Amino acid sequence: MALFSKILNRFRGGSLTSADWDEFESNLIEADLGGRLTQEIISLAKSARPDDIEAELTQLLSAKLSTADRRISLTPGRTTSILVVGVNGTGKTTSVAKMMKYFKDQKLAVVVAAADTFRAAAIDQIQTWGERIGVPVVVGKSEGDPAAVAFDGIKRALAEQADIFIVDTAGRLHTKSGLMDELAKIRRVVEKASPIDEVLLVVDATTGQNGIAQAKLFTESVQVTGLILTKMDGSAKGGIALAIEDETGIPVKFIGLGESAADLRLFDAQSYIQGLLL
Amino acid sequence: MFDNLSAKFASAFSSLRAKGRLKSGDISEIADQIKAALIESDVALDVAASFAERITERSLDRLEEVNRGTNPSQAIFTIVNEELTAILGGNSRRITLAKKPPTVIMLTGLQGAGKTSLAGKLALHLKKEGNTPLLVASDLQRPNAVTQLQTVGESINVPVFAPEPGNGVGDPVAVAKAGLKFAQEKFHNIVIVDTAGRLGVDQELMREAIRIRDAVSPDELLFVVDAMVGQDAVRTATAFQEGVGFDGVVLTKLDGDARGGAALSILEKTGKPILFASTGEKVEDFDIFYPDRMASRILGMGDIQTLAEQAKRAMDGATTSRLEEKFAKGEDFTLTDFLAQLQAMKNMGSMSKMLAMLPGAGAIKKQIENFDDNELIRTQAIVESMTPAERNDPKLLNGSRRARIAKGSGRQVSEVNNLVDRFSAAQKMMKQMRSGKGIPGLPGMPAMGGMGGPGMGLPAPMQQKVTPKKKSKSGNPAKRAAEEA
Ligand SMILES: Nc1nc2c(ncn2[C@@H]2O[C@H](COP(=O)(O)OP(=O)(O)O)[C@@H](O)[C@H]2O)c(=O)[nH]1
Ligand SMILES: [Mg+2]
Repeated sequence: MALFSKILNRFRGGSLTSADWDEFESNLIEADLGGRLTQEIISLAKSARPDDIEAELTQLLSAKLSTADRRISLTPGRTTSILVVGVNGTGKTTSVAKMMKYFKDQKLAVVVAAADTFRAAAIDQIQTWGERIGVPVVVGKSEGDPAAVAFDGIKRALAEQADIFIVDTAGRLHTKSGLMDELAKIRRVVEKASPIDEVLLVVDATTGQNGIAQAKLFTESVQVTGLILTKMDGSAKGGIALAIEDETGIPVKFIGLGESAADLRLFDAQSYIQGLLL
Repeated sequence: MFDNLSAKFASAFSSLRAKGRLKSGDISEIADQIKAALIESDVALDVAASFAERITERSLDRLEEVNRGTNPSQAIFTIVNEELTAILGGNSRRITLAKKPPTVIMLTGLQGAGKTSLAGKLALHLKKEGNTPLLVASDLQRPNAVTQLQTVGESINVPVFAPEPGNGVGDPVAVAKAGLKFAQEKFHNIVIVDTAGRLGVDQELMREAIRIRDAVSPDELLFVVDAMVGQDAVRTATAFQEGVGFDGVVLTKLDGDARGGAALSILEKTGKPILFASTGEKVEDFDIFYPDRMASRILGMGDIQTLAEQAKRAMDGATTSRLEEKFAKGEDFTLTDFLAQLQAMKNMGSMSKMLAMLPGAGAIKKQIENFDDNELIRTQAIVESMTPAERNDPKLLNGSRRARIAKGSGRQVSEVNNLVDRFSAAQKMMKQMRSGKGIPGLPGMPAMGGMGGPGMGLPAPMQQKVTPKKKSKSGNPAKRAAEEA
């Protein structure tokens, strides 16, 4: 999106009116960057020389990004376990399906556990995906203990010497400590069998400032290692991801670009910044 | 974040308070704070700015009057709150029922907004009011959306019209049309059509929504939106308004801590009223929309009403009545019951977070921090590591079983012993009470540290100790156990 392009052009063309600055501020706010980051960007822009402004803004935004590794950490020789978490409806199950395909396309053996035993028909949803993609999905009883399903899943993954084990979990609001504790238990139980390598928090690109609270509280209970930013095919700019990276240091690893299994991309920080700038 | 905002407001208002008489400069200062707070709540910039302007104007108009009162800053705050409530409740109304049934309600919105759950909630709500709703499964896109709606319908005893399996198979327009016909034949007075989620930018799916609309001519076309949505709310709502159009808005996921400022933007930009609010995962967690609650929430003053209701729902639900029944029948209070109680409490959400939602929470921040949610979590972990047989008969708990439980829950054996002792004492006391002194209140509520709150009817031996949290300790129970080991 052409967030900065107009302002950059005006800059090169000479002076900016206060209406221009208002518009600039409005663009930043609209991208869900939040009030604080917006003010920081504006004050930098106001002090920059026209020739340097693009470089300076790029640098400022890049400095806000997490410095952590954005790759999924695969450990050769043993099953890599990924726990997928997030609030309701952000696209967890779809993202799990996308990862099934992503890893399967790399000729890796994948096993999935359907640990959303709460939402009606959630088990069918992930099973349908598993059948479409050709990945085994370990299921339990609806309304059963999600930790038990996760445990059955990891046992099967280990028995089959799968490369990747993914746990799909029920959506939960980060403010519900009972549900957050259930998540910690899922993690604990899987780790009795094999380490969890990644905990991926699925954040919807339309999310506003609440995304920061989500990242903080999920990390408190399950130590999030990365984000999946979904629904980037819509009109939302996903600026909340930058705000989250800035606040928590948790890196975005994947982005979701649609509803089919192929709509997953590795997050490319540079093009994300460019997308915001130009 | 919450703290930030409340603190910002509190400090802005307290500096006003210190000033006594207000000058016009003070007003514009507070207006700036309000604008910043609204933006932090995801209100669109221009909406926030024009709101702040309105506040400035109204306050200046009434400056004389405000300054004559005993508390000028309070008077300004009242203006802010009133104004926001007025906007949020402007043109508010109840759902429109068709003169000639069936009334057709169609749901649209982004993917993941919560339409399918909402369809069930709305159906139950309308059924309770004496209607005979029919649910129609026209989301044929998301895998197993149809099955989800069927399951929900079954649980609330509302029929679901679902002739197509979904998962990409079937024509949603035909289903909607046939659903309406079915409702007419079977004399359902309300039809609720669930549709697939779609992005505002997806032209093709928007056209499909329009075709569904034209096929059933809804009396109410409702736009369902998540309270956590950010600035995109304006773009999306506008795209839906210009695309399929809508008559009213439903806000979902209000049980979280999102301030939901987007609601204000949507209202200002589309002029459509907010009709309902969805406040939890259970099918009963649904209510008509209250503008005053939303106003305090957006302003960061907490949403006490919703909080109180959540607490009430969690506490006096099925668990309590089941317990009372058991008790009356002379059955033993077991660890299974105890676990159910703990669960009910935890379902209320983190106690400290709930307390923090209260207005003026800043002042009692210390006490709130001292309240230890983890105590509850630890106790639950221990009980959950017991087998059902053990829970029902703690006498089974010999040394080796206790050691196993300690290991399973990541706790010390001494903690298991302690819990069993406290529980046995409580159980004994309940027995004594039954033999003489009537039914006790709800067991299980821990005392609130430093707030002077007694446990709610909890037999003393079972009251949980409140251990002040040390700063360094992790909030993650697993990590914390490791730290303590
Ligand atoms: N447009 C779009 N829709 C998505 C994306 N990811 C998920 N969805 C949709 O969002 C809705 C909720 O997804 P689901 O995976 O069930 O969410 P969960 O509740 O978090 O598991 C479904 O309708 C998905 O098709 C994405 O990247 N783009
Ligand atoms: Mg799911």
